[in-house]
Amino acid sequence: MAGHSPPKSPAIGRALPGHRLEIGPEAPLRLDSGASLAPAVLAYQTYGRLNAEKSNAVLVFHALTGDQFAAEDHPVTGRPGWWEVMIGPGRPLDTERFFVVCVNVPGGCMGSTGPKETDPATGRPWGLDFPVITIADMVRAQLRVLDHLGIDKLFCAIGGSMGGMQVLELAAHHPERLHAAVAIATAAHHSAQNIAFHEIGRQAIMADPDWNAGRYLEAGTVPRRGLAVARMTAHVTYLSEPALHRKFGRRLQDRGALSYGFDADFQVESYLRYQGASFVERFDANSYLYITRAMDYFDLAADHGGVLAEAFRGSDLRFCIMSFTSDWLFPTAEAKRLVHALNAVAADVSFVEIESDKGHDAFLLDEREFHATLHGFLNGTAERLGLPTGALRPLDLGDRDPGEDRIS
Amino acid sequence: MSDPRHSLPVGEVPALVRADLRLIAELIEPRSRVLDIGCGDGALLEHLVREKRVVGRGMELSQEGVNASVARGLSVVQGDADTALADYPDAAFDVAVLSKTLQATRDPRAVLRQLVRIGRHAIVSFPNFGYWRIRGSLLFCGRMPVTPSLPAPWYETENIHLCTLRDFTALCASEGILVERAFTVDDEGEPRRIRSLALANLFGQDGVFLLRKG
Repeated sequence: MAGHSPPKSPAIGRALPGHRLEIGPEAPLRLDSGASLAPAVLAYQTYGRLNAEKSNAVLVFHALTGDQFAAEDHPVTGRPGWWEVMIGPGRPLDTERFFVVCVNVPGGCMGSTGPKETDPATGRPWGLDFPVITIADMVRAQLRVLDHLGIDKLFCAIGGSMGGMQVLELAAHHPERLHAAVAIATAAHHSAQNIAFHEIGRQAIMADPDWNAGRYLEAGTVPRRGLAVARMTAHVTYLSEPALHRKFGRRLQDRGALSYGFDADFQVESYLRYQGASFVERFDANSYLYITRAMDYFDLAADHGGVLAEAFRGSDLRFCIMSFTSDWLFPTAEAKRLVHALNAVAADVSFVEIESDKGHDAFLLDEREFHATLHGFLNGTAERLGLPTGALRPLDLGDRDPGEDRIS
Repeated sequence: MSDPRHSLPVGEVPALVRADLRLIAELIEPRSRVLDIGCGDGALLEHLVREKRVVGRGMELSQEGVNASVARGLSVVQGDADTALADYPDAAFDVAVLSKTLQATRDPRAVLRQLVRIGRHAIVSFPNFGYWRIRGSLLFCGRMPVTPSLPAPWYETENIHLCTLRDFTALCASEGILVERAFTVDDEGEPRRIRSLALANLFGQDGVFLLRKG
């Protein structure tokens, strides 16, 4: 892998812009594992303004390797925010009308308490002593941020992939905290295939000698190769065969003929190596273990005697479930399972499958029909609640390209 | 339902173009819970939600129709009347509407049973294959009819289970489904209450039936 830089300091979070909520020992985060977490920090970012009634708040849940910097240049990578296409003036999550909150999940590595932060009991980085976090833990932690901001009831909770899991968890177990739930490219449980891909990633990290049984920060190493391979594997699952073909085909990288060796002959190899190498610069390997585990453990039906519909019985939320035709990580069949369950309790549900060849990552991209449909759903909800509605304006990111370093 | 989330404010809604839809809208009580199956781009549903303050849900097979409906603020799922109705609980809605879709389903009898199960009432509209112009087309031209209600030629029509008003009422009778009210409509005229089934079956272009489980 190219570009070896010194290991990042575990204190990097302290220098980040944005807000921090400190959780004191008097009210620790109680986790599904039975552990308690305190003191702890939740790092979050907000966009737009909270209205006087505190009725225009939208909670955006980030995905596996996303973070709270959803709609601004990222302070570490300098790249556009991972959902700048969605959040901003005239966008579906219109910051002229809505107050958008995005919280780095506990277990993450962008300022919220996670395995690279210091364990107050030992004075060392948590490493694998950090307690296992679940999707439900993530949601309860973020409710603490809403409590802190005085937001009793969200206008909407929205997220894709792992963010969508959090939307479903919030809607199922804290329905009094939101009016509308938008779950995109997600599922009510993590499938065996998805657990399998996560396990490959985790094994790659743990097989890297520089991982040092999770104590790499003290050892002064970074498990670059393992984390990069984890990212490369995962990245393929976020794309689709047509998208890979369109982008790379079998084209060769900077050469006219095969090298008869194991260099990156093909453009697709070079691209994946770049994706792996750049990911290592912004993400903590142990966080990757913890957050993938949280997704694997998610199974909403299991909490309700195996009957998914029971998770939503009596719900009076407006649901919007969205999937993409070429997403094979969270395929439309998973979305339909959710819709069946919601119909079985006659919930207020919309379900839209968007035609796209961009795979799972489509939820992060400028897909016009996706945005127009979502905008209509949000406008309809706003109209029902007596909040202002607005028109969708074309995206203007200037000459910046949001399409390379996706954060699924 | 008093929850404001479920009803859109009254607004400017374009008038319904199809005569059967105007009649269906008249048959639906304000503020009832309505499922519109085969809701297309959501024109009827939006009319009902805004003008009649109903709690409206839609189901539509085509993705373009679903996206258009959701984009106008309606609650609509992609689904097939032949398979997806089984998901809903009994009496989930006051009215289940199936407008000019029954003849395109694979199993109209099963769909009809589902309609009166999930809706306390069902409203079904369909083109009447006993209409005199259809009979005439077959009798005098020997050709499959093409009418305003059935505009597609035989080789590309989606209508695979066409029936007459008489066929439909016979099916309802054999299924123990009560016909509460029955009408014929055509493109221009006012809807007519069906008094003589024989006359209606000859002169009615479309039938609109209000049904419930017997």
